[in-house]
Amino acid sequence: MSFLSSLADRDHVFDFLVPATSPVDVRHGPILYLEDVSVSFDGFKAIDDLNLTIDDGELRCIIGPNGAGKTTMMDIITGKTRPDSGSVWFGSRHNLLTMNEPEIASLGIGRKFQKPTVFEALSVFENLELAMAADKRILPTLTARMTGEVRDRIEEVLETIGLEALRNGPAGILSHGQKQWLEIGMLLMQRPRLLLIDEPVAGMTEQEMERTAELLTGLAGKGKQSVVVVEHDMGFVRSIAGTVTVLHQGSVLAEGSMDQVASDPRVIEVYLGADPDEEAA
Amino acid sequence: MWLMQPFNEGATRLFLGVLLACLALVTVLHLAVPAGHPLHVSAYTVTLLGKYLSYALLAVAVDLVWGYLGILSLGHGAFFALGGYAMGMYLMRQIGDRGTYGDPILPDFMVFLNWDSLPWYWLGFDMPWFAFLMVMLVPGALALVFGFLAFRSRVTGVYLSIITQAMTFALMLAFFRNEMGFGGNNGLTDFRELLGFDLRTDATRLGLFIATGVALALGYVLCRAIVASKLGRVSVACRDAEARTRFLGYRVERFQLFVFVVSAMLAGVAGALYVPQVGIINPSEFSPIFSIEIVLWVALGGRGTLYGAVIGALLVNYAKTVFTGVMPDAWLFALGGMFVLVTVFLPRGVAGLLAYRFKGQGFKRGSNETLSHDISKEASA
Amino acid sequence: MWMIRAVLPGVWLLCLLLGLAPTAQAQQQTGQGQALLESLDAPSYDAKAEAIEAIIVSGDERSRRWLDELLGGKLQRHKDTGRFVIVLENRSRNWPVIDALTFEDAGEMSRRDLDRIGINNALRGQLQSALAVLDLYTDDVDDRRDAARELLGSVDAPMVEPLREVIASEDDAEVRRLLEQALAIHRLEQGEIEAIADLEGSLNSRVRSALNSATRSDDPLVADAASAALADIEQRLRINSGLETLYFGLSLGSVLVLAAIGLAITFGVMGVINMAHGELIMLGAYTTWAMQQLLPGQPGLALVLSIPAGFLVAALAGVAIERSVIQFLKGRPLETLLATFGVSLILQQLVRTVISPQNRTVVSPEWMSGSLMINEGLSLTLNRLFVLGFALVVFACLMLVMRRTRLGLEVRAVTQNRAMARSMGIRATRVDIMTFALGSGVAGLAGVALSQLTNVGPNLGQNYIIDSFMVVVFGGVGNLWGTLVAGLSLGVINQVLEPWAGAVLAKIIVLVFIILFIQKRPRGLFPQKGRAAEG
Repeated sequence: MSFLSSLADRDHVFDFLVPATSPVDVRHGPILYLEDVSVSFDGFKAIDDLNLTIDDGELRCIIGPNGAGKTTMMDIITGKTRPDSGSVWFGSRHNLLTMNEPEIASLGIGRKFQKPTVFEALSVFENLELAMAADKRILPTLTARMTGEVRDRIEEVLETIGLEALRNGPAGILSHGQKQWLEIGMLLMQRPRLLLIDEPVAGMTEQEMERTAELLTGLAGKGKQSVVVVEHDMGFVRSIAGTVTVLHQGSVLAEGSMDQVASDPRVIEVYLGADPDEEAA
Repeated sequence: MWLMQPFNEGATRLFLGVLLACLALVTVLHLAVPAGHPLHVSAYTVTLLGKYLSYALLAVAVDLVWGYLGILSLGHGAFFALGGYAMGMYLMRQIGDRGTYGDPILPDFMVFLNWDSLPWYWLGFDMPWFAFLMVMLVPGALALVFGFLAFRSRVTGVYLSIITQAMTFALMLAFFRNEMGFGGNNGLTDFRELLGFDLRTDATRLGLFIATGVALALGYVLCRAIVASKLGRVSVACRDAEARTRFLGYRVERFQLFVFVVSAMLAGVAGALYVPQVGIINPSEFSPIFSIEIVLWVALGGRGTLYGAVIGALLVNYAKTVFTGVMPDAWLFALGGMFVLVTVFLPRGVAGLLAYRFKGQGFKRGSNETLSHDISKEASA
Repeated sequence: MWMIRAVLPGVWLLCLLLGLAPTAQAQQQTGQGQALLESLDAPSYDAKAEAIEAIIVSGDERSRRWLDELLGGKLQRHKDTGRFVIVLENRSRNWPVIDALTFEDAGEMSRRDLDRIGINNALRGQLQSALAVLDLYTDDVDDRRDAARELLGSVDAPMVEPLREVIASEDDAEVRRLLEQALAIHRLEQGEIEAIADLEGSLNSRVRSALNSATRSDDPLVADAASAALADIEQRLRINSGLETLYFGLSLGSVLVLAAIGLAITFGVMGVINMAHGELIMLGAYTTWAMQQLLPGQPGLALVLSIPAGFLVAALAGVAIERSVIQFLKGRPLETLLATFGVSLILQQLVRTVISPQNRTVVSPEWMSGSLMINEGLSLTLNRLFVLGFALVVFACLMLVMRRTRLGLEVRAVTQNRAMARSMGIRATRVDIMTFALGSGVAGLAGVALSQLTNVGPNLGQNYIIDSFMVVVFGGVGNLWGTLVAGLSLGVINQVLEPWAGAVLAKIIVLVFIILFIQKRPRGLFPQKGRAAEG
């Protein structure tokens, strides 16, 4: 019936006519939708029947003990790992399982890795230039010229991440925290709809953490980016999070505000250890 | 125009200036200074220098893929040799009926092997434009097919090095076979003339030397233009963090393929210029040891700088000429020693030393100078 | 007294064979050796044939030897003195000889003074059958078998009955079977169809040629039956040649495994590209050669001692390379590749300068030469069989070391997580050295084995380095089982391709195949899976 009614709808475009790079369809709310996803390596179930929904403009934190499947989940969303079963949708139009990594990236899903990987031999400015959303085929890249518009955009992001002063230095000389921000800046250059950020504050100083929290909360919002943060540091999560999802053994254990999940006994058991008192020790 | 971009760089202008000055100097010393005078440059030396310059062009081609793309090809000798064979086939056809057996069409070795007619892949090589096109297209096509298969499967790092070595080894075995129709063991030789110029005259030799120098200059500018473009920065990005580049939306394998094919074509041109100067092309140019020697030239000169590759090629080959003349046994010791010493003590090569001496004098360039971290880090992952 | 047993019935049989009446027995005791030999030196071959018959029927004890030497062209006559001699060795200008009548030493004679008593092919055939019949009566089983084999296809009607008697009194089943076949061929020649049943399944070429001529028989029944038997035999031959190809393939494969398995450890486990691996193999081979120089006349003992010595020499060389070069290039595989290539050039040139640029031959001990006969169409050369076995033993030992020893455990720990292993008190540097020594030592063992199959020279290692890398990459880096399977299967593929493609083309095809295979499966036959493998 819904098919017939969709035929009657004059505004409707048939799915097969929609180009793969068409804007993401978030009219139904969620921007990312994982359903019954499972994957195993050599018999070990890294992801087991995972269901997860991220709304447009949401800032979501994902926590979980080591081996809970956080990184593997990111790998699945970005196309690096193919799940054995299940489905992954970006908006309600794009089936991510039919796409490869560059296609997914060009849809507007940006990922920041655990280890900061910036191009150390290139300058901060050049790092951002390469990350910019542009025609990334060979000949256009070969003949690309630096226009004023491009320059403005790069300057804007440089300001957001606070690295204006270092724009011409090689990225190799940046501190750990600065590299993380540069990475986030590179993601922003792509004008992404969804940012996947893996352990952004690992190894950062207090000030850097505060600065990062500001940066991330400023990024998320309706009509801007949706942000998914995977993090170990509870204090940091508490300082930024709207909703927290706890992963355990490849599936969702609990979901809610930080206070809700922190008081969930199952979470305390798997995440903080059997005895809550041990957390203090 | 992106191709003109390098002319704005001081370092490139300096390089081109030095190169052209050397060409002019050698020409003057050869033509104007009478034989017997200590400053006279003999035709033999001119040809020797021409050979070095063709090696230098080959080294630039290798540096383009190794220094900027992080792909250590141990098979560039194959592209060089294929370009050389294409040129050699043209030169063979030019011999015409002046060969030992006097056959107007078939080269001597085919008459000797009782072949009735020219194999199809020899057709067209009597026309210079076709042969010169093949000089670039044959190595380019091999690089395209090989690179397409390899990069698509993300074969990089040491794996790629090893299979490029296997590729050139297989080609060497193939070209050793008489049945292949490329003269087997002896290769192609006894050339007479190129575009109507007698190859044995001093004037032609000087002309070839100058042509090689000009080709080196053009090849250098082309590589420099690629390196200075955004594509060059993407290449460096692929070299240092391949997965990261892919996540930025670049089709890494296509960039790798593009640069690899350009490099193979340059190597082919170098081979084509080499053959008329040395007067022979045989399967030994395919040998894995030659390909790996090219890499040493680049390593010694300093990879990721292009001019370092030129310096390395000239230095090592000059040393080879001297050594093999004075004490041939010691050459392999010296060569082996250079491999060890350069990789352990001089990872940035002579160019690294130069850059250290002349810091801030135009040799500075972000993407080349921060080789402090390791280029092949990705390969180990 | 075996001569009596041999000669008397033999003479009787031979007389039948030659169609003579046994009349001349009286002559036998008179010992007119000189006269008999004189008659051999006749101008025409017909006369010589008669003289041979005369010698046979003479029953002289020396006739066996005379006929043998005549067949071998060693029975000669001095031009001037007319003395008959037997040449022992005809290498240089002067030949050592013995008297043909007394078999006593007769010093040396110039070859110019000697005349050979010539024979033609007809006489040769006559002599061979005659000798074969004589040999049927010797005590040595192998000689009797050879004799029986010799009779296949050369049985005449008069011989049938005596041969039956021989069969009846023969102890050895193999001799009986061969003689039955010899008789069957004769029966087949008479057009007897039942004879074919006795010939079925024989791989002897004479049986095949007999069957072959029977297929052209006038009797269609015989022709058909012979064709059928022949087809069956050819089927068996195909299986045999298939087995032979498999054997050669496995043999080549075992060499590849030996050459590659050390590399699988250093490259696969440590991630170190050692281009000098081939030269470590070469060092192992030269160690064997040096050992044989130290122990002249005892190649077997030298070879056995070379196994630990080759391991040690190569392992020490490996440690030297690791300490002097590789340790400075940790985590830079491409530089390691270049530096070790330099080391390989130096080692090659060192051997050329210090020893010789020429190849050296390593002697195979007696127990390794010869071949193991499986059936008449298939025999396996012993040295290859030894190398195959050796490769498997080395592989098994390595597996044990990696799986069961402390070193293996530490190696695996360091491979999987260097930092973690370190923090648990494993000295990673020491493990590196030990691993490299192990891999290099195994290369030395490969050299010891290779010295038994090929010449030992400075380029020995170069020939194997690309193949070894191919095997490791094909099998899946870091996987010893993969190396074994890859090495053996590449060897077999190579041998299967060789008959129709030629050796060079077969090698090219294998290389191209691997290049394409790596594109398809970049991590080899047996890849390591999961996140750790992708690093």
